[in-house]
Amino acid sequence: MRRTLGALPLLAFVTLAFGIPAIAMVAGAFTVEGSPGFGNLALTLQGGYLLALGNSVKLSAMVAVLGAVLGTFLAQAVVTSRSTALREAVLTASGVLANFGGVPLAFFWVATLGNSGVISGLLGLPSGSLFTFWGLALVYLYFSVPLMVLVIAPALDGLRPQWREAAANNGATTWQYWRYVALPVLTPGLLGGVVLLFGSAFAAYATASAMGAGTVLPLVTLKIAAALSGDVQTGFENIGLALSLDMVLVAALVMAIYLPLQRRSTRWLQ
Amino acid sequence: MIAALTVVTAACGAAPTTQTQTTTGGVNAATATSAADFGGLDKLVEAAKKEGNLHVIALPPDWANYGEIIKKFEEKYGIKIESENPDASSADEINAVKTRKGQDRAPDVLDVGQAFGFSGAKEGLYAAYKVQSWDKIPDGQKDPNGLWVNDYGGYVSIGCDAKKIGTCPKTFADLLKPEYKGKVALNGNPNKSGSAFAGVWAASLGQGGSLDDIAPGVQFFKKLKDVGNFNPVESTPATVEKGETPISIDWDYLNAGYREQFLPKGLDFQVAVPSDGVYAQYYVQAINKDAPHPAAARLWMEFLYSAEGQNLWLKGGARPVLMPSMTADGTIDKALADKLPPVEGEAKFPTEDQVTKAKDDLAKTWDAAVAG
Repeated sequence: MRRTLGALPLLAFVTLAFGIPAIAMVAGAFTVEGSPGFGNLALTLQGGYLLALGNSVKLSAMVAVLGAVLGTFLAQAVVTSRSTALREAVLTASGVLANFGGVPLAFFWVATLGNSGVISGLLGLPSGSLFTFWGLALVYLYFSVPLMVLVIAPALDGLRPQWREAAANNGATTWQYWRYVALPVLTPGLLGGVVLLFGSAFAAYATASAMGAGTVLPLVTLKIAAALSGDVQTGFENIGLALSLDMVLVAALVMAIYLPLQRRSTRWLQ
Repeated sequence: MIAALTVVTAACGAAPTTQTQTTTGGVNAATATSAADFGGLDKLVEAAKKEGNLHVIALPPDWANYGEIIKKFEEKYGIKIESENPDASSADEINAVKTRKGQDRAPDVLDVGQAFGFSGAKEGLYAAYKVQSWDKIPDGQKDPNGLWVNDYGGYVSIGCDAKKIGTCPKTFADLLKPEYKGKVALNGNPNKSGSAFAGVWAASLGQGGSLDDIAPGVQFFKKLKDVGNFNPVESTPATVEKGETPISIDWDYLNAGYREQFLPKGLDFQVAVPSDGVYAQYYVQAINKDAPHPAAARLWMEFLYSAEGQNLWLKGGARPVLMPSMTADGTIDKALADKLPPVEGEAKFPTEDQVTKAKDDLAKTWDAAVAG
């Protein structure tokens, strides 16, 4: 009892800061024209809204998996490199780039690969090629890969050289070492990275909004913005809240898959 | 990047202040429905000057000449205008009215999209007020009780960078030509941006649709996308200037404004109102029912609907609502009026039900038609 007493202020704060918005969201999502109902949620699972939800999940999953793979390879290359300068440079740059999102990132890419971008002119890219699924995935990877490097580098550091030597002494090939020693140790970190990347891509709004990607690639965050703060839709606020609830459910689903997997992979480490 | 969803207006927190009712000679400014209630315009000016401030929101200085309008009002009456968050949307304005009810920082007056004019009046957010030129405002452009009034508007137009595009398109049908591959852009997503919404409706009118039926407009943009002409970039002055959006469907007054802005930079931006999709829309002016400066709010309305205010909008390339009567009585600035792009055919205005139906239909169909 005494031990939890110290945590009380924090708990109270969390209850207030997260609880009130959460209650408001759920209450609004289940209110259809003043009376309780499932109409808003049903609407978010149809037509354009469902499409946006699907796009968001697809885009985030793609960015999470690609970002995790690329980030891990990059981090491994840096961690094992003999040059400390390179290591420091890459890790510092990752720290900066992982937070390089939003409007500046959008402008950066539009100026580079947009319709009249510097590089797209040289490459002769067709108009609008940045404003597609893969274009947006590329933009998101720009902050996702560095994020993965930051998350996985400490885990890679934790792989002791002795394990590799021991495996080699016992006649294991490189493949066997990775398959039976390194990857199992890394799994919790990798899973955590994938979930983190998924979450950050799923909730990303400003980058996609500043790029004006909403028309060709409807995303759920952009739909929420259209419902809550636009010049056209009136009375769509509760649909926006229902979409937010959908996002929470998707995030909860991802955690529901992640937690048991993580528990399984960490068990033998203890 | 996550934080951007936070509604700007909600972030400012509460600043509790007691609302002071302005009463001059027994007149309650908050319930006055005309200048006569104050005992004439002079008394209204007096009451407004006493309040000293006017709080406005979402009035971009480069939009329909608002920058100059604000300056002129301040000079003329010595009332300071606090202009907040100029790029906010109509929904943000309504949110500000609701969340700052009773506060000194609530917006006094609102300039919102048509749909918000209807819905705000229904929710009882606006004060009824009839300006002195009330009778000259055409029917159908004002709420019969004076809760809202159309202010300025324009036609959906096709802007085109003539230096980049050989022959500029003049109609919606032109836009489908192969020479415009990847070039035709809208000003935003029609589920969010009022001008893009109007662009779809205009296209619909040209494709056999009507004010009851926006579906042919959606089909038109689907076709535009299928032939590869649709450019997904949402046009802004910056994208127009940079050549990201060489052809842009937008309000004629915005496109005309860009033309003026870009001419000195060597850009020849041409504006045409398409004859196969004549669609005009006006924005709406309303007074917050709980305005912290009720007299100044009413004076602002009188100023906007005076010949001076109307001509200032015209100077911004927008068509003021009193244009027909001012043309008749000669108070319109002829030189400015002649600069507006020519329009063939006559615009019709949608009713509340038609607007509601169109925005609901668009919310359901637009993404599926144009995505991918």
